[in-house]
Amino acid sequence: MFKWIHRFGSSPFVYRTANWLAPVFGIGAAVCILVGLYLGLVVAPADYEQGDSYRIIFVHVPSAWMSMFVYMVMATSSAVFLIWRMKLADIVAWASAPIGASFTLIALLTGAFWGKPMWGTYWIWDARLTSELLLLFIYLGYMALRSSIEQPQTAARAAAILAVVGVVNIPIIHFSVEWWNTLHQPATITKLDKPSMHISMLRPLLLMVAGFQLLYFHQLMVRVKTGILQREARTAWVAELVADNRV
Amino acid sequence: MTPKRKQRLMLVALMLVGVSVAVVFLLKAFNSNIMLFKSPSDIVAGDIQEGSRFRIGGMVVEGSVKRNDTDLSVEFQLTDTANKVPVTFTGILPDLFSEGQGIVAMGSLNNSGTFVASEVLAKHDENYMPPEVADALKKAGKMPGTSVNYGGSTVVQP
Repeated sequence: MFKWIHRFGSSPFVYRTANWLAPVFGIGAAVCILVGLYLGLVVAPADYEQGDSYRIIFVHVPSAWMSMFVYMVMATSSAVFLIWRMKLADIVAWASAPIGASFTLIALLTGAFWGKPMWGTYWIWDARLTSELLLLFIYLGYMALRSSIEQPQTAARAAAILAVVGVVNIPIIHFSVEWWNTLHQPATITKLDKPSMHISMLRPLLLMVAGFQLLYFHQLMVRVKTGILQREARTAWVAELVADNRV
Repeated sequence: MTPKRKQRLMLVALMLVGVSVAVVFLLKAFNSNIMLFKSPSDIVAGDIQEGSRFRIGGMVVEGSVKRNDTDLSVEFQLTDTANKVPVTFTGILPDLFSEGQGIVAMGSLNNSGTFVASEVLAKHDENYMPPEVADALKKAGKMPGTSVNYGGSTVVQP
């Protein structure tokens, strides 16, 4: 039943798959983000209370969502690597860390820029903002831990344990606005409830979320390719790729 | 699954459970410190020492905002719909500050029970809509009320 999964143990197969998926995701991301930005910044009306300042959510919400999604991918693949010692799972986790860190940083920065005119402050140590900052530190810690251990196998295992342990922060970020009182507002879009947002604003937001998701997959494919080439630099099939100028 | 993998799976699961339990206890212990603000009811109940600095959160009572003509000082009442606390503040208020709006203020209680704020932040709610839709909802009396979450219990002001 799980025969197909063994193909993902073959580096040339994964490399070829990532190679054709990367531009597919890239084009999808570009279309979603360009249309989303146009609908969000030009077509969508101003908010009744915040005026045009609310438009920063078209970047803030997708990157905050991605900061958690990427972490879940990283933690899951780290667990798979720890249990089954699957090489590809480790490459996915390694590839995801800087992408996730970037999304987290964008979420924190855009939030700060919005916070100053709306709340009256760039930063407040409330549960949501603090746990999101902690997520950035976990990402940075993961990358630092990986690069500080010389032996690649040991580095991969140590970093994977950190990634798995750090996953407890994800529900804390998500539920922080419900468990405690915070300055940050509760979620606008939840699965169970009708979104508290007008459809003209919701459409570009969902498009941007899809665009950021595809952007992550695009970057993941590009970095997975790099990861495979680095690890397999001395193999015959990579030498062949280089000889044919196809890298 | 080989026994070795089963063992590693158990190890990862145990690690996750252990860390989760530890974090739950930690967060429970610090619960009141993680809360960003106290509600007007907490203050009326008298769990706060006079002069200690803390944050208060609530909704600005409609019709209670009194601005001074000569300087930047402003007085208003803050409510969680159950109790009210008078607040004074001197300085520039955030753009979103208005009657009925949720706010969070930092400061301390003086001896007459007034909260003297040194900083006022506006709390935004999760509702987004164009001005025309907001007007239409207001006319129909269906405007979603501003809500303030007190950590577990959400108070909605219609």
